[in-house]
Amino acid sequence: MLGYVIRRLLATIPVIGMVAFFVFSLLYLTPGDPAAVIAGDIATNEDIERIRQKLGLDQPFLTRFGTWAWAVLHGDLGISIFTNLPVTQLIGQRVGPTLSLALCTLFVAVAISVPLGVFAAWKAGRLVDRLVMLFSVLGFSMPVFVLAYMLIYLFAIELDWLPVQGYTPLREGLWAWLRHLILPSIALGTIYIALIARITRATMLEILAQDYVRTAHAKGLAPNAVLMRHALKNAAVPIVTVIGIGVALLISGVVVTESVFAIPGIGRLTVDAILRRDYPIIQGVILLFSAVYVLVNLLVDLSYKLFDPRIQY
Amino acid sequence: MAIIAADSVKPASRSPTWTRIKDALRRHPTAILGAVVLALLILMAVLAPHLGTVDPQAISPIRRLRRPSESYWFGTDMLGRDVYSRVVYGARVSLAVGLTVAVLATLIGLAIGLVTGFVRWLDGILMRVMDGLMSIPGVLLAIALMALTKASLENVILAITVTEVPRVVRLIRSLVLTLREQPYVDAAVAAGTRTPAILIRHILPNTIAPLLVQGTYICASAMLTEAILSFLGAGTPPNIPSWGNIMAEGRSLFQIANYLIFFPGIFLSLAVLSVNLLGDGLRDALDPRLARNM
Repeated sequence: MLGYVIRRLLATIPVIGMVAFFVFSLLYLTPGDPAAVIAGDIATNEDIERIRQKLGLDQPFLTRFGTWAWAVLHGDLGISIFTNLPVTQLIGQRVGPTLSLALCTLFVAVAISVPLGVFAAWKAGRLVDRLVMLFSVLGFSMPVFVLAYMLIYLFAIELDWLPVQGYTPLREGLWAWLRHLILPSIALGTIYIALIARITRATMLEILAQDYVRTAHAKGLAPNAVLMRHALKNAAVPIVTVIGIGVALLISGVVVTESVFAIPGIGRLTVDAILRRDYPIIQGVILLFSAVYVLVNLLVDLSYKLFDPRIQY
Repeated sequence: MAIIAADSVKPASRSPTWTRIKDALRRHPTAILGAVVLALLILMAVLAPHLGTVDPQAISPIRRLRRPSESYWFGTDMLGRDVYSRVVYGARVSLAVGLTVAVLATLIGLAIGLVTGFVRWLDGILMRVMDGLMSIPGVLLAIALMALTKASLENVILAITVTEVPRVVRLIRSLVLTLREQPYVDAAVAAGTRTPAILIRHILPNTIAPLLVQGTYICASAMLTEAILSFLGAGTPPNIPSWGNIMAEGRSLFQIANYLIFFPGIFLSLAVLSVNLLGDGLRDALDPRLARNM
């Protein structure tokens, strides 16, 4: 087991290295002069030259990549062009809100989607099942910000139950924290719910057709016990896998959701960086998020053993 | 189920793929609905100038922020532009981006996938590159690409294509690796057929069905990504009326003019929904292995 964990951890290094190399070389691969693009339309030649030097674009490619990678390994993601602050510091200040939103969404999504998928599979072909499937297609088709504005309109403006936007840290009270996160979590979670519910339903359908499920029914077990103990337990691995894969949706969605709800997190930082073409920040955020995504999926792989003791590493 | 199965066994026709598509569409009314809605939206995009629209860029400061009414069906925005016209013309951008990305991504993915499947020494390198690309969440990758290039429709299409290609490569590669072990491919090799001919005659036809399914999903996801990029200010330049741009400009006015977000939002959702429904129907028809329970 330990050997496997170490091997898998080592295997993520080339992937993350690839991401780093890619994110870095984008500056050079894109057509035109990146310094000029970053500086914008009204920049003077001195501005462009200043940015070129700041990004090290005047140095040879490999030298620059080496310096950069070495700095990243030491926790230095470079300096923001616009604010002149270290990117790690800027990201560090904003981890709290993003982590709150992501965990809240994850919780809401799993708590809703798994029972929904199980229920749909149990009532396969019936009206409930059709409705769950319809919801799932709708969830895939609606952009997160359109959904977000609809929720804001209904629950914050018309009904006035929840705040329109903003964020309160957890230390100012649990409810204050939570009520700012309810609408964003639902908006962000919907596509995730659609995805997990769909896979849960499909996996459950497959398992409910197995012989041992029929046996369990035949020996007189309550339907609940069959569903939970016999079926859901065996559906755990595909469900956990899709939760891991879906983290990519979550990360992409965080950027949009934070800017709709004015949550001062990493997503918001990214959007501000896009508008100012502050590439070091974008670079740092992508590297961080990709690493998180790769590590989450590594954890998912390692968790299989918990759900299914038959799995041997 | 048994009845349907017996029903669908028909004498082989000239084109089994096409027959299976028609069969599946018949069995999936939602897929037909999707196809019809999509066709209407395409028609709307093509006929945009003839649908009672005015110049979508015509500014008219006197008529700023009019609510939807008989003369301005979807109201006007903060520059007095007619939102109805902008939404109708916006369909052109969304559909063009969706379709172009779907075609480009499947073609490029197909080419790289065939190479990785057949040229073994390139496989390792190319797949590591794809793994790296796939571990960057799609929207973020597109954002990074857009941050470094000038805002233009072509660049938006290219940026989204880059994020979609790795999945196609994966799909094609796994297909090729299975197909090349098939006896009829062995037979072709034994008969002295050269590799390009094997690829074209024996491998390529088997990739069409899965590619078609994947292509529809790519189209749907590309339309969403374009809207998100434009909404965040990293997408289609503001002088082109796209659904994402209309919504981006309506953001700050949401509390007084929510129709600026709702109308383009509904059209965008409808377009993506119709493509997704069509894709589900196609998958049921063409990929029975995957389709069973989805």
